[in-house]
Amino acid sequence: MPNLKPMPPLTLSAYTLVTANGRGVGPVLQALRERRSGLKPCDFEDVMLKTYIGRVAGLEDFALDRGLDRFDCRNNRLAWLGLQQDGFMVAVAEAKRRYGAHRIAVVMGTSTSGILETEHAYRERDPLTDGLPVWYRARYRYTHNMFSLGHFVRTCLGLQGPAMVVSTACSSSAKVFATAVRLIRAGLCDAAIVGGVDSLCLTTLYGFSALQLLSNEPCRPCDEDRDGLSLGEAAGYALLESSDKAGGRGAVALLGYGESTDGYHMSHPHPEGAGAVRAIRDSLTRAGLRPEEVEYVNLHGTATQANDSVEDKAVYSIFGARPACSSTKGWTGHTLGAAGITEAIISALCLTHGLMPGTLNCRRVDASLKSRILRESQTGSISCVVSNIFGFGGNNCSLVLGKL
Amino acid sequence: MEVAIHGIGLLASGLVGWSAGRPVLTGHRPFQPDEVPEPAAALLPPNERRRSSDCVRWAVQVAQEAMAQSGFEPRDVPTVFASSGGEMGVFDKLCCTLATPARMMSPTLFHQSVHNTAAGYWGIATAGQQSSTALSCYDDSFAAGLLEAVTVACVEQSPVLLVAYDLAVPAPLNQARPITTGFAVAFVLAPPSDTSLATMSVRLETASAVAASGLDDADLARLREDNPAARSLPLLSAIASGGVQTIRLGLLDSQQLILELGPCHI
Repeated sequence: MPNLKPMPPLTLSAYTLVTANGRGVGPVLQALRERRSGLKPCDFEDVMLKTYIGRVAGLEDFALDRGLDRFDCRNNRLAWLGLQQDGFMVAVAEAKRRYGAHRIAVVMGTSTSGILETEHAYRERDPLTDGLPVWYRARYRYTHNMFSLGHFVRTCLGLQGPAMVVSTACSSSAKVFATAVRLIRAGLCDAAIVGGVDSLCLTTLYGFSALQLLSNEPCRPCDEDRDGLSLGEAAGYALLESSDKAGGRGAVALLGYGESTDGYHMSHPHPEGAGAVRAIRDSLTRAGLRPEEVEYVNLHGTATQANDSVEDKAVYSIFGARPACSSTKGWTGHTLGAAGITEAIISALCLTHGLMPGTLNCRRVDASLKSRILRESQTGSISCVVSNIFGFGGNNCSLVLGKL
Repeated sequence: MEVAIHGIGLLASGLVGWSAGRPVLTGHRPFQPDEVPEPAAALLPPNERRRSSDCVRWAVQVAQEAMAQSGFEPRDVPTVFASSGGEMGVFDKLCCTLATPARMMSPTLFHQSVHNTAAGYWGIATAGQQSSTALSCYDDSFAAGLLEAVTVACVEQSPVLLVAYDLAVPAPLNQARPITTGFAVAFVLAPPSDTSLATMSVRLETASAVAASGLDDADLARLREDNPAARSLPLLSAIASGGVQTIRLGLLDSQQLILELGPCHI
């Protein structure tokens, strides 16, 4: 059993985010404040599903070049777009000067990587031999393979430390924080780039449709009439460094993490949320915090019947009805393997700007939910946020973020 | 970082189980690649087993073998699953379906396409609620998985199960990723104690002129080249030979994991 002692905080000394709401944290914050959703009727490729998606605009309008051609695919274009925002590359270059390229790890999360390339290649199979098109064969490694994203980000940033891609479905880019903490605490690196990128593809659109988990409307987390999720895409990154070395008073830091599994079912949550409870508790223990010190919980809140009610049971059992709780999926859609980093960065914005966003698209809170679900946004100083992410395979991760 | 090795599981052509594979790895028995028997993976409930992919059954089989040797209770042990490509057989089926006009996807196949499918089935089979990570680092996925597992053991002072697997890639995807034979390996690691049967010191170094460790046997060397999970073979071979050796595993182009094995009686 893991040793659960409080951990030293790690500063998020730089961070950035691209979602359907815009490029960079400025536009994302503005959308949160103006309660403007990024969800629109599905117009992805030739998909004929009646659903809404959080598509990042402009990914079809450019290609990766200048030595990055081999990585060119929707997922890596989105990854590249993310790296260009908020001066993130400058902050990484500065960290590289301080620590050296070998002392910075890259830990990225994604669920489907560049599978869209393989989907396209299969349509172009040779009718006689069933062979895949030649353009695709040498590109699998740099696009669809799960490590492609890690390889790409490490190449773009010129880093030479340990690197890996964590892929545990929706919890992927929350768990990257835990892996980075371990690498730093083990002395294998001084800093880590953590993040996640997941992009729209047919596999997830038709897959969630087959599971009957897609709403026909923009998703309505915690609403009494919620009927499923909306898919989105996103890229986000954070530079994590020891708080002894970076970040003054007021800087946002990772205070704790908790990881667990349900050990119950591949695509249904544990009915009592047992795994979720364990993840949240462990995150608080590592942060050295009591539940009553948490002011805001950013829910996984996918707007499926099962997730929102099971998550509510878990959250209520730990926090009662005291902290404000909301889901931000109504803005971004469910960005799957990028949901962890998306909501970690949104939580960082909430801490910095004293904002607790009311759950967008939630018209009437499901009366069976016992937690204090926010419908309207609130403002005020916040010192500590818990962000929950739960995924397929019953894979759970909770993060505690706070101000130094 | 110091860790103890408490159990090993192995499944590959000509290496069916750790006890059967050990004399092959030491050179006392010839390496004779043959068809691998369908793994029992008996821990999987019949319903889950019926629906499971080859990757799941191979991974569960080696995990089960290593865990039985360790004597730990499976549900108490966090897990790390490392695979370069994950469910390539499932991707083949999904992409075939998505290339048809109707795109009628099977919900079961969809949830089996995630990289943590084997990890999830292991969790269901053991009713485990400990942390579970699934990761990839292309050809260096075993080294990356070992790094993650060792940090779990050392930083969180916990036993940990590492499973690395990649299966033969079906046509036509094998034109893009030509892995021709399956390989699965599992280690149960834990913080060292007085009773440890095998210990290993692990550190990370900048890649030097010294090449990553190889294998004397040409057929085993080819297997190591063919399958990312088989990059574990030099380590397995050193453990089988009683340890007291240094093994170098490449980690991307820039670093090496240096494994200094103490005496191994496992």
